[in-house]
Amino acid sequence: MTSIEPVILLSAVLFTIGAVGVLTRRNALMIFMSVELMLNAANLAFVAFAQQWGNLDGQLFVFFVMAVAAAEVAVGLALIVAIFRTKHSTDVDELSQLRG
Amino acid sequence: MSVEFFLFLLVAAVAVFAALGLLLSRNAIYAAMFLILNMASVAVIYLLLNAPFIAAVQVAVYAGAIMVLFVFVIMLLGAEKLNPADTKPALKWQRPLSIVLGMALFLLLGAVILTRLGGAAAAKMIDTSPLAIGKALFTTYLLPFEVVSVLLLAAVVGAVVLTKKS
Repeated sequence: MTSIEPVILLSAVLFTIGAVGVLTRRNALMIFMSVELMLNAANLAFVAFAQQWGNLDGQLFVFFVMAVAAAEVAVGLALIVAIFRTKHSTDVDELSQLRG
Repeated sequence: MSVEFFLFLLVAAVAVFAALGLLLSRNAIYAAMFLILNMASVAVIYLLLNAPFIAAVQVAVYAGAIMVLFVFVIMLLGAEKLNPADTKPALKWQRPLSIVLGMALFLLLGAVILTRLGGAAAAKMIDTSPLAIGKALFTTYLLPFEVVSVLLLAAVVGAVVLTKKS
């Protein structure tokens, strides 16, 4: 690939779809998967810019983003399971009070 | 049009199709499968962008570990059939407004990309082998690497504590 503009455009498209998913869906799992899609789009932009500037740092940053995403998914899914135990639902609109 | 660019267009179409499938899917398991397809196609684009290590990590960590966790939790909770209320938002204007805001975000991103990104820098080929990445990880990026290991440990302990039956 000589020009990275198409890749950045693809990254923008994926990021937008993820953002619309976060805004429209009400199931916590679907919102979470849309967030993963947005992270993926950001990683794609990182790798594309690393390629354009001939710099390895972008790829290393993607590596760290993936590690943090793995930690985030583990904790987030544990939270969803804990919420499901008490509410018997993964609908975020039902989580309207701080008291468990 | 080079072969590489044709391949990119093909894989990008698959990636966008999978993302739209995730957005419109009524079943959480189908949505997870669409997300795996999206991640696999993005891994192919990483290969085209001269990032073989990141492509391998993408398949192993994202499409492998993270999505297995997702599918496991969806099946554990029996939440694969999304509540019909999920398609009917509590706020009537929520869906049209989110689509308008999404279009605005995309127009903004597109305008910035098309106006500011012109004039590609001289793409010099760099060594992106796993060897070079490993060397950078354990010299320049040693501290963040160790911090990430502590973060993963904290996440594991946190997940166990959160799901433990008291």
